[in-house]
Amino acid sequence: MATKYDWPAVEDRSLIGKRHDRVDGPEKARGDAKYSYDRNLSGMLFARLVTSPVPHGRIIGIDTSRAEKVKGYKGHVNILNPGDEIQWAGKEVLAIAADTEEHARDAAHAVAVNIEKLDHWVKEEDVKKAGEANRVKPAKDDAKGPDLAAAWEGAEVTHEGYYGLGVITHCCLEPHGQVVDWTGDDIKVYASTQAVARIPADLAKGLSRDESIGRVEAGQVEVITPYMGGGFGSKFNIDTWGIACAQLSKKTGKPVKLMLDRNEEVTVAGSRPSDYGNVKVGAKKDGTIVAYESETWSTGGIAGRGSPPLPYIFDNDEKLAQKIRHLNVSTNIGPARAWRAPNHPQAAVLTMCPLEDLAAKLDMDPVEFFKKNADLTARPEVYRYEIDKCAEMIDWKNKWRKRGDSGSGPVKRGLGMSLHTWGGRPHDSTCEVRIEPDGGVSVSMASQDLGVGTYTTLSVVAAETLGLDIPDIRINIGNSKLPISGASGGSTTVGGTTASTRRATVNALEELKGVVAESLGVEAGDLMAKDHKIFAKSDSSKSLSWADACKKLGNRTITGQGKQPDRDGGKLNDSGVGGVQMADVSVDTETGIVTINKIAAVQDVGLVVCLKQSESQVYGALIQGVAWALYEESIYDQTSGKMLNADMEFYKLSGAGDIGELEVHMVQNKYDDRGVIGIGEPPAISPGAAISNAVANAIGVRVPTLPLTPDRILAALADA
Amino acid sequence: MSSNKPIEGSVEGSGAEQRKGFSRRTFIEGIGLGAGAVGSVVVTDGAQADHHVPVGPDPVSITLNINGKNHDLKVEPRVTLIDALRNQLDYTGAKKVCDRATCGACTVMLDGLPAYACTTFAIEAQGRKIETIEGISAGDKMHPVQQYFVEHDAQQCGFCTPGFVMAGKAIVDKNPRPSMSEVEDGLCGNICRCGTYVGVRQAVYDAAGKGSA
Ligand code: FES
Ligand code: FES
Repeated sequence: MATKYDWPAVEDRSLIGKRHDRVDGPEKARGDAKYSYDRNLSGMLFARLVTSPVPHGRIIGIDTSRAEKVKGYKGHVNILNPGDEIQWAGKEVLAIAADTEEHARDAAHAVAVNIEKLDHWVKEEDVKKAGEANRVKPAKDDAKGPDLAAAWEGAEVTHEGYYGLGVITHCCLEPHGQVVDWTGDDIKVYASTQAVARIPADLAKGLSRDESIGRVEAGQVEVITPYMGGGFGSKFNIDTWGIACAQLSKKTGKPVKLMLDRNEEVTVAGSRPSDYGNVKVGAKKDGTIVAYESETWSTGGIAGRGSPPLPYIFDNDEKLAQKIRHLNVSTNIGPARAWRAPNHPQAAVLTMCPLEDLAAKLDMDPVEFFKKNADLTARPEVYRYEIDKCAEMIDWKNKWRKRGDSGSGPVKRGLGMSLHTWGGRPHDSTCEVRIEPDGGVSVSMASQDLGVGTYTTLSVVAAETLGLDIPDIRINIGNSKLPISGASGGSTTVGGTTASTRRATVNALEELKGVVAESLGVEAGDLMAKDHKIFAKSDSSKSLSWADACKKLGNRTITGQGKQPDRDGGKLNDSGVGGVQMADVSVDTETGIVTINKIAAVQDVGLVVCLKQSESQVYGALIQGVAWALYEESIYDQTSGKMLNADMEFYKLSGAGDIGELEVHMVQNKYDDRGVIGIGEPPAISPGAAISNAVANAIGVRVPTLPLTPDRILAALADA
Repeated sequence: MSSNKPIEGSVEGSGAEQRKGFSRRTFIEGIGLGAGAVGSVVVTDGAQADHHVPVGPDPVSITLNINGKNHDLKVEPRVTLIDALRNQLDYTGAKKVCDRATCGACTVMLDGLPAYACTTFAIEAQGRKIETIEGISAGDKMHPVQQYFVEHDAQQCGFCTPGFVMAGKAIVDKNPRPSMSEVEDGLCGNICRCGTYVGVRQAVYDAAGKGSA
């Protein structure tokens, strides 16, 4: 049923779905945007962590006597205490504050931590060895669909192979951390976080364990985060360093800055679980997939973690026989944190790669093969459309050759593809919109902009609703004292925040229309806001400019409230999307180096709010995908139990010259009726599988594990 | 496997031990790899190029010329330019990310050439023209590289952006007509985690030949 809150019809949209400059673009480009790391408060101290050099052990003693004599030392707090167990190298033991960053470092170095070393284990790819070390636990054993034995019997072509991808880390450019300014009862926290509204309770809870401080209430805490330098799923909590930073501020009576250094950021502040396993797939001669069976394992630190949704997308319970076994390997590495689309990129590799291998065995073009099997997915029509569109963008028809059919020269070219899905159910959100007598409009909520474009999307929605332009709207986010809105994770933000903003803005406008109706002598229902005017639809001569309309408020400010969810608030959002990506690569079979020629991506997210920033999200996902497909992996050394490449020199990310041509197509005006759906995760899922498939297509053999580094390419060629 | 042997934790070089005097090792550690506690460094005395004067470890008075303005400050000789800019002078546009000359987030111009401020000592920047992101726009008018960064959405979280803008400015300062692959080469000393390179390279390409702010 139509409501006044519904999104305007396509012909009535002047801003939604179009390209807009990022509202916060100039401030960022000028270097004026103040991030948590940039806060310099008067009298501020600098704090550093002391971390464990051993991967598993028990603390025997902590000696700070020398540290306390270091020049500039101001105080320290223990994060762990004697008797506590350490489960990974880099685990925070203590935080120490000094007057300068250099002195804080000196003081940290002067702390002696005595640790009793215990057995450690940091490797999981060889699951047999991990099992012998008693590190393996069953996590899943599921059978679904038709009878498996019968399905294998009926399968005319089968393929079995080993696939996998290692642990990677978030490596946010702004590290985790914060400045805490504790004055009297007020605790101001400038935190680099994805969860502005959630941090106060998290911090208060953490502090309540410190008896010397006494009871702290969430209401005392104000989190201020107008800008933050990347999270990707790793920045939802205050973390031990945030609590320690607040304790230090309380103890010293000064503001304290504690940001992780690069080694700490990469080692302990986030990792994405690995996944390895044997996969068997079977099909009829005509290409119909009939069976999928996998035995996989993963690690995400001491708790194990990571369970990919297998088989991925092609998972129809009625038609496809499935058997999934998954094991968790417990390792002494930094614990897993959500990483854009948790478990999906792994699932895509463990499904799309064996399926493309099967298609090669069937002598089928993957485009035809995946289209044929689209009925096994939840959204066949979306995928078929997207596959065709994507194939056109990458010129699949002309460029694709059969596997291994790529000429006699040393450089081989190949194409590969992958499909993905994501939910992205909108998070809860409350919004307050104000219309001031001077015509000013502000939108307020305790949301945050991680770089995804929250400032811009909210501006688009409010301006569209009020018939104004983007610069007319002031966005207040990044402060926990504002109306509560959800954490930004799982592609839930744009759906939740645009809905609450739309409802709040419609409500505020209704009230303004009431005032205007009276002064124009028309029905409020006859009024429309467009082009900086409010006018009667039946008689456009009855009109007031926006500024004059607002003047009629006298000295009253209108406030409109909106929330998500809201049963009576129209159909503004949804969840569940599909996307397709195709990669075109060249592989030098003499050096093992893979070059990206092009990646094409087609993505459905329901109603696109700002096209430019949606595309940016997809570009970013593809570029991150190139990194984890080709370069990026956290490498652990069993002897020392440490991460060997905990920096940015040997922990390789992609650079501007590594990405080839990227082409993005956002599906618009096709599924708009579904409303707004998040875009952060979906495009981040497929790049690895698509690139791996393109490499296999180019060189004729499968390189089983990602990243597809030159040594692995050459080894796979040598094995062939 | 278990050794059960107590070991000592992170007690790498205390300040006291390393402060005794200059050695080549501590100097190198201070530049790139060290535990951070290098005590003193050697600067070359301008008047007598071959005469080395040790300074530090206590703070020394220096003057830095930043965006055309002189700033007097006191720094320990081990303090890097990025830390002096950010911690003492509140020039926070340039970011400290890798702190090891890999990511370019700290890029500033020294005498017109791009430099990593994380791997330059503040005392070494004396007598040189330091230009930071804060100094390249003219009031409200952004430098063309900045304008095109906005136009091509060359930024997401924006944390790498100041470094990329400075690298981009260095490219267009040197070459008013760079090819796209020259742009890519010029940007290869910078890293973005959000993945903004499509916009970044287009922005720099378009800004070439468009002058300054
Ligand atoms: S912080 Fe200087 S290059 Fe990364
Ligand atoms: S925009 Fe976030 S790191 Fe580049």
